[in-house]
Amino acid sequence: MNPVQDLIKSLADKHGKNRENLLPILQGVVEQEKYLSEYSMIEIARELDLPAAEVFGTATFYSFLEHKKMGKYIIRVCKTITCSMKGKNQILHAIEDMLKVSIGETTPDGKFSLMQTNCLGWCHKAPAMLINNDIYTELTPEKVREILGEYMKRES
Amino acid sequence: MTAYNTHILVCGGTGCKASESELIKLNFKNQLAELGLDDDVQVIHTGCFGFCEKGPIVKIQPDNTFYVTVRPEDTKEIIEEHLIKGRKVERLLYKNPKTQEQVTESKNMDFYKKQVRVALRNCGFINPENIEEYIGNDGYSALGKCLEEYSPEETIQVIKDSGLRGRGGGGFPTGLKWEITRKVQADQKYVVCNADEGDPGAFMDRSILEGDPHSVIEAMAICGYCIGASKGLVYIRAEYPLAIQRLKTALAQAREYGLLGENVLGSGFGFEIEIRYGAGAFVCGEETALIHSMEGKRGEPTFKPPFPSESGYMGKPTNVNNVETFANIPPIINKGAAWFSSIGTEKSKGTKVFALAGKINNVGLIEVPMGTTLREVIYDIGGGIKDGKKFKAVQTGGPSGGCLTTAFLDTPIDYDNLLAAGSMMGSGGMIVMDEDDCMVSIAKFYLEFTLDESCGKCTPCRIGNKRLHEILVKITEGKGTREDIDKLRMLSQVIKDTSLCGLGQTSPNPVLSTLDNFLHEYEAHVDSKKCPAGQCKALMQYVIDDEKCTGCTLCFRNCPVGAISGEKRSPHYIDQTLCIKCGVCFEKCKFDAIKIV
Repeated sequence: MNPVQDLIKSLADKHGKNRENLLPILQGVVEQEKYLSEYSMIEIARELDLPAAEVFGTATFYSFLEHKKMGKYIIRVCKTITCSMKGKNQILHAIEDMLKVSIGETTPDGKFSLMQTNCLGWCHKAPAMLINNDIYTELTPEKVREILGEYMKRES
Repeated sequence: MTAYNTHILVCGGTGCKASESELIKLNFKNQLAELGLDDDVQVIHTGCFGFCEKGPIVKIQPDNTFYVTVRPEDTKEIIEEHLIKGRKVERLLYKNPKTQEQVTESKNMDFYKKQVRVALRNCGFINPENIEEYIGNDGYSALGKCLEEYSPEETIQVIKDSGLRGRGGGGFPTGLKWEITRKVQADQKYVVCNADEGDPGAFMDRSILEGDPHSVIEAMAICGYCIGASKGLVYIRAEYPLAIQRLKTALAQAREYGLLGENVLGSGFGFEIEIRYGAGAFVCGEETALIHSMEGKRGEPTFKPPFPSESGYMGKPTNVNNVETFANIPPIINKGAAWFSSIGTEKSKGTKVFALAGKINNVGLIEVPMGTTLREVIYDIGGGIKDGKKFKAVQTGGPSGGCLTTAFLDTPIDYDNLLAAGSMMGSGGMIVMDEDDCMVSIAKFYLEFTLDESCGKCTPCRIGNKRLHEILVKITEGKGTREDIDKLRMLSQVIKDTSLCGLGQTSPNPVLSTLDNFLHEYEAHVDSKKCPAGQCKALMQYVIDDEKCTGCTLCFRNCPVGAISGEKRSPHYIDQTLCIKCGVCFEKCKFDAIKIV
């Protein structure tokens, strides 16, 4: 068995193989692999004895379950109203300029993906962004450049 | 517990954590240890104090001194001056923005004076990662009281008498919901906590879970006892990593203390709680969609009835309440229904947590009795509008709500008054707008949100909102006609009448309420192709005033697209074909030389 199959098998053993365990398994694969490939979705369907279309339909419904290849660090900039009022666009420009990618794209070295997301619940500290599970608030273009600079130094 | 003389409470809410509150705590600890004071002074991380605008916050007890915007390098001075010499560090005290007077205690600050904290009672006062502190503050005594003294029916009666209504937006009477679920016969029932807070501008559920997770666990167990459920599920959104971590810690501690498990407090009642994670879908806050998502399906809502109380998770009777609703339960049991119902208005009892954001001086969480006016919330607690600008509107109720204008400033806030005013309570987000905000753009913004988050199941919501958005885009680009305004109204009504779930039924509210209150702004966009607030990019240009420009090159250096040119010390020029109207130059210019025309 290959690593993805192993992972799916162990997740299915941990959570169970019923339909209500589908989301935890999808989330487990995304946590490890950063996205759900067509292959993983088919494997999950096989493991849970579900039609592959059902797995695909569920996975693609949720914006945090990515189904195209993502970078190691997924940057999600909050695009909701208070963040927009407080200069979210300038934050996006700064990131795009620094990483040379547009929204929805991944850097060629596979390190960063840039996404937008709906309200992160940081309206009092806007603008905000999430990098994987870490939240960054009260951003300014300078602060963003500093934060990303730190990430760039980390191993890819 | 060692008897400490003094407690230093450092805010451990994520807002303050982001501004180095970890380091502040560490500095205190190290410096106290160096001085040999670590046996007398306890340093603890608490949940959010709610006054995030001035974070990180440090509170010293017993004298209740409240320090704001504390930096890690300030800890030494606080120890030496305050703890050792008994002199308050004046420069770190809060200054009343109106009188410039220093305020030493939080209870004398306008921000806290008008507040009554029920749901947020422990946030900022206890360490959320230590169950003993929760227990020390009446924690789990309500659960004990129910199990020992009250029958499930009696407990439900207390909740019914208290008049508590659902805090997630709908405002359905909580006791009644419990009673209905109790009466349904089934071999298994479920208690579900809806922690899928997604309304733009709302973050109270996150703060409660981060600052006082045990109150939710306790209330869920009480609910399980009342309705006859042995299983609870918390559906929490993936966007809240810290809340998830705190909840996990709290669950493990509750199990260890026998407050969850097969035999809760030796009463024979068994209750267990599991966490389920959302994956970035706003519609999952709708209870039927949430249940489908927990069942491993697409988070699409279904028609009610059947209500979850009859057929919910896995087809079993399920009681769904939101985080803030649950947080109100233990105090109601402890202090009685009469106490709770003495707070608030005739039909809305108790308090409500609001999240203040936008163009207001004090942003953050507040909790006030129902019936407090918007004016008190915005001016007395919120400290008024930022930069001395004029108040224009406050948006309440997220994408399902509406904008309230100055005409409603003296309206007491409760479920019914807000509905009558064309908005709604929603989960309690309040986004304050000033004269610089374009109301057509605000409506467009909320529609963008709905478009993203509509699940696509029913046609009015999926296609109707798309059409509404297109018309709004047309208007903000200066291509709208009078006919479009009429179309907006008609289409909004159809979407409201025919959508399947709450999301669609309320999605046109931001459009309708801005049409009602700010029709003149729509007309200006349509008739004279002008945006009165100067926000709509297609209807405005940034230009440099030759007379005021000193040629400092600041705008030139900051322009992200190189649209600005000019020689040093001579007036600069913006190339309109290149300009993306991001507004950086406008903000950076120190000489007021950049104008919007």
